[in-house]
Amino acid sequence: METMKLQKKATASAMLDPKIVVPAIRAAFAKLDPRLMIKNPVMFVVEIVAALTTVIFLRNLVTGGEGLAFTFQIILWLWFTVLFANFAEAVAEGRGKAQAESLKKTRTESKAKLLEGSDRSYRLVSGTSLKVGDIVLVEAGDNIPSDGEVIEGVASVNEAAITGESAPVIRESGGDRSAVTGGTQVLSDWIRVRITAAQGSTFIDRMIKLVEGAERQKTPNEIALNILLAGLTIIFVFATVTIPSYAAYAGGSISVVVLVALFVTLIPTTIGALLSAIGIAGMDRLVRFNVLAMSGRAVEAAGDVDTLLLDKTGTITLGNRQATAFRPVRGVTEQELADAAQLASLADETPEGRSIVVLAKEKYGIRGRDMNELAATFIPFAAQTRMSGIDAGSSSVRKGAVDAILNYVDGGGIRAVASGNAVRALQVGAMSEAGREIQAIADEISKAGGTPLAVAKDGKLLGVIHLKDIVKGGIRERFAELRRMGIRTVMITGDNPMTAAAIAAEAGVDDFLAQATPEDKLKLIRDEQAKGKLVAMCGDGTNDAPALAQADVGVAMNTGTQAAREAGNMVDLDSNPTKLIEVVEIGKQLLMTRGALTTFSIANDVAKYFAIIPAMFLAFYPQLEVLNIMHLASPQSAILSAIIFNALIIIALIPLALKGVAYRAVGAGALLRRNLLIYGLGGIIVPFIGIKAIDLAVAALGLA
Amino acid sequence: MTVIGWFQIILYCAIVVALVKPLGWYMTRVFNGEATFLSPVLRPVERGLYWISGVDEKREQHWLTYTVSMLLFHVGGFLIIYGLMRLQALLPFNPAGQSAVAQDLSFNTAISFITNTNWQNYGGESTLSYLVQMLGLTHQNFLSAATGIALAVALIRGFSRSSMRTIGNFWVDVTRCTLYVLLPICIVYTLFLVWQGMPQTLGDYVEATTLEGAKQTIAVGPVASQVAIKMLGTNGGGFFNANAAHPFENPTALSNFVQMISIFALGAALTNVFGRMVGNERQGWAILAVMGVLFLAGVAVTYWAEANGTSTLASLGLTGGNMEGKEVRFGIVASSLFAVITTAASCGAVNAMHDSFTALGGMIPLINMQLGEIIVGGVGAGLYGMLLFVVLAIFVAGLMVGRTPEYVGKKIEAREVKMAMLAILVLPLMYLGWTAVAVVLPSAVASMANAGPHGFTEVLYAFTSATGNNGSAFGGLTGNTFFYNLTLASSMFVGRFFMIVPAMALAGSLASKKSIPPSAGTLPTTGGLFVGLVVGVILIIGGLTFFPALALGPIVEHLAMNASTLF
Repeated sequence: METMKLQKKATASAMLDPKIVVPAIRAAFAKLDPRLMIKNPVMFVVEIVAALTTVIFLRNLVTGGEGLAFTFQIILWLWFTVLFANFAEAVAEGRGKAQAESLKKTRTESKAKLLEGSDRSYRLVSGTSLKVGDIVLVEAGDNIPSDGEVIEGVASVNEAAITGESAPVIRESGGDRSAVTGGTQVLSDWIRVRITAAQGSTFIDRMIKLVEGAERQKTPNEIALNILLAGLTIIFVFATVTIPSYAAYAGGSISVVVLVALFVTLIPTTIGALLSAIGIAGMDRLVRFNVLAMSGRAVEAAGDVDTLLLDKTGTITLGNRQATAFRPVRGVTEQELADAAQLASLADETPEGRSIVVLAKEKYGIRGRDMNELAATFIPFAAQTRMSGIDAGSSSVRKGAVDAILNYVDGGGIRAVASGNAVRALQVGAMSEAGREIQAIADEISKAGGTPLAVAKDGKLLGVIHLKDIVKGGIRERFAELRRMGIRTVMITGDNPMTAAAIAAEAGVDDFLAQATPEDKLKLIRDEQAKGKLVAMCGDGTNDAPALAQADVGVAMNTGTQAAREAGNMVDLDSNPTKLIEVVEIGKQLLMTRGALTTFSIANDVAKYFAIIPAMFLAFYPQLEVLNIMHLASPQSAILSAIIFNALIIIALIPLALKGVAYRAVGAGALLRRNLLIYGLGGIIVPFIGIKAIDLAVAALGLA
Repeated sequence: MTVIGWFQIILYCAIVVALVKPLGWYMTRVFNGEATFLSPVLRPVERGLYWISGVDEKREQHWLTYTVSMLLFHVGGFLIIYGLMRLQALLPFNPAGQSAVAQDLSFNTAISFITNTNWQNYGGESTLSYLVQMLGLTHQNFLSAATGIALAVALIRGFSRSSMRTIGNFWVDVTRCTLYVLLPICIVYTLFLVWQGMPQTLGDYVEATTLEGAKQTIAVGPVASQVAIKMLGTNGGGFFNANAAHPFENPTALSNFVQMISIFALGAALTNVFGRMVGNERQGWAILAVMGVLFLAGVAVTYWAEANGTSTLASLGLTGGNMEGKEVRFGIVASSLFAVITTAASCGAVNAMHDSFTALGGMIPLINMQLGEIIVGGVGAGLYGMLLFVVLAIFVAGLMVGRTPEYVGKKIEAREVKMAMLAILVLPLMYLGWTAVAVVLPSAVASMANAGPHGFTEVLYAFTSATGNNGSAFGGLTGNTFFYNLTLASSMFVGRFFMIVPAMALAGSLASKKSIPPSAGTLPTTGGLFVGLVVGVILIIGGLTFFPALALGPIVEHLAMNASTLF
């Protein structure tokens, strides 16, 4: 939420910030270069006719003609129309440029310690000379010279340069946190890094290019919209170039400048002017949200997503399970069980362990005890025993997986250590009564979506601790919202189906995939896509990479492996999987803004016709004064007002183009009704008022 | 306006709507290749036709092959008509001894009939032999109609199929449409018309002696059979010059009513075929609702304008509306309704002179055609024209729900928009462009019967009618000149085929796409909101194109007339 607030503030100030506005004004003129303008067909056409009328005006200036002041004003506003469009684009780009500047600073020339042998002897080389596959040593205080993979060591790294987050993160070899980014700084320890990106294509390089909009490609939807706008422009060419002939038939004539004015007001200049600004602002909004989209296509796809795959842990539930109840076997009180569990967990620093201590204190008033006083030794969790516990004097307490504890108790504690697999061989019939009871309680807890943790003291089974996945607050509402947006949520978890079903029900997801392997994930995505659906997911591990690549929107966590980051088409710098939902909203917002402004732009034409048509034909068909329903002062002021309105509306809509139309999860029908009312009906009404107001001003100032 | 008048209009609509479901059900079966109650009789004929022409009915075509087949078919149709007209003096069934038709007129007429326009720069009874009327014109009336329906079905298949390369087989679609839909209805329909008093004979023109003792030649011929398909196939080319105003071509009020119904019947039912094929009949009803709203608005304006007459007529003491140019046996309601129907569909048959309508009353037929004849429209052509607008409307507004726009499960992307835009672009180019040329060309201006805005409207109407493949004439304009024969023919040709090719490309592109299941985030396309949206887009995008031309034609004429200036 905090980022959202920041984002709004930034948008509001972009148009007022002189650091952005001044260069943008300069850029607006630089962008008049026809080679740049041609990328925007509608505005390119406006530039051509503006140039054409300027030539005619200059000729008339020399030869002497009538109505030069009027012509001059029209031409002036034609150029303003083009400049305003360029300005809109420049402002949108300006925000990214500022960000790119600060990124470039991190790319300063640095030295790299290139390792040559297997020992730690290195040669100092320039960071820019590194090639893919080189291995470098990075020690405390060094900048990481380029993107790479940690192949040895553990270090804390400051990644503030890219994430803006100053708290250091751990990078280590082997796991899912092995990727390091060029430009970040190692704070402690050392790591050996294999370089994975060539100079110029590192993460920061790509980020700079993205936020600068330097390599911005038109997205599929933008291309389609441009075709529509170009088509409309051609239709209006037909509609206007035929008019002189019609007028000649009626015994009148129409000046070129008036025709040009009609033409420019009719073609969809408003959306034409703002189209690229909307696209840049959409990408920028993601960047402000600390998500980097590798292409505009991905942002658009986000708006179209039908199915959202979400990892349970960290996204739907808090990362850690918490103890919520002590369930003793018959003959043992809750107090006894809580006491033993607390004792076993005293030195357990895992979140689960701490939650047991907290529960024991809150519910049973069991205070913390000093380990030294008890002369106790802590037995840490081991993968082989799958237990942890404490030995204090003669008594020993163990807690752990139910089968492990059962095995430990029945097998006398020694055999269980020998082999975890032996547990499977354990006969239910051979189990003690307490064992069966424990098993029953454990099943019950599993069914409810929890994790059972058995506790034994001195070889006697006491009971079970109920560990529960805590569903994040508010997540249920988010899923309900997604459902209204028409998006299906699927929870991915390694849990067994029973547990998964319980959590899925609690969180309110539409479906779940239990005991999911990476292959299952990939298959699920393919199945959904075969049904014509677009799938979004996020992931961080190397084994997520195929699924990330297959998904239409794959958000890789910045903490993830290099492989995952390469496979996804977005990178979340904050590594917060819940953000996938916001990414979808931003995608929708982008498309909506385009649609709303296109509708507005086209709807505007109705009023412009009523302003210009009577004005144009009045000289030879005075009857058409009836169509001047706005009662504009004179034909000249009517035409001038229409063209001024047409130019000013671009400026007026820049903030909306940058901020985007607000998205509400209310279902497509309601959304359409609302937007049609605002931008469709509004688009018809607003210009009537605007043109009339401008006409009053024009008449009052005696401009026409 | 009278209650009984409105009752007639409502009754008309009710019958058309009532026919939608049964006809839609039947046609869906026909185009899905399923058996119908006529199959025992027609199936052997159908198989025989495929066997003779070497068509493999199981083999479907890519959109390009489909389109090329259609174009080749029309080249053949053109050559037959052109040849027959040029050679008619040498051929049989020519009791009136008509001589060969001039080159430019033959060219114009051949284009006119293969494009389902039936623009007539000739008077049927004074120019053409029975053979040309039957073998040339009636034959094309069937085939151009069948082609239109086949193309619409091909586009529907584009929407209803998923990840497929083919959109059907043109030869099979045309054959099945002619055999199972057009022929059976026309046979019954012809008998009905004969019963109503329409001639159906190969005999000579009748000589009559009037009361004054003067000799009069009364033209007859195989009228009923041609009128049946002319209406049902929205062709509109009259057997006689006076078209449906001629007593032999429209003898009674009942024949008039049934003719009006037959203009809309197949076009309206195709919306149901669309709904059925895409798996939701409501999608079809929504499209029909869009058409209905625009249609009723048009009827209301024309009926109101004609029933109110003009201030000039009132000042002369003529009350009771504008009866100039209307048949007394039809009156104001049936004439106004007919005019709106015939231009909303691309029929073009007329039972009154549109030229004599009030300025606003005559503007509605003009607008109907300028919108692209999508209000029910020509058989098939109306539906694919409407679907092009729907694609545009969905694209513009669909973005406002925050998704890539989609319609009946198909994403509307760059290629679809490009094709829809291309198809719609050519219409204003033709009618605005040629009008602009004609009104400044002295020889072309000389063809006008009236000066000022009214003359302008005559020319604009002619090019609009030709481009829209309507074929109705405003009247007044002398069209049989070298200039108009060629320019109108080019309008008809471009208006038909430059729209069809992109529409088929659209069909091919849609068919190859996956179908996306609807969700809560999908724009609903069956409700009132969608209907309103499409109507709005049609009026704004369509209307903005020709508003200047309308202002200089009927609108200024109306305003001038109120000030007692006539043209």
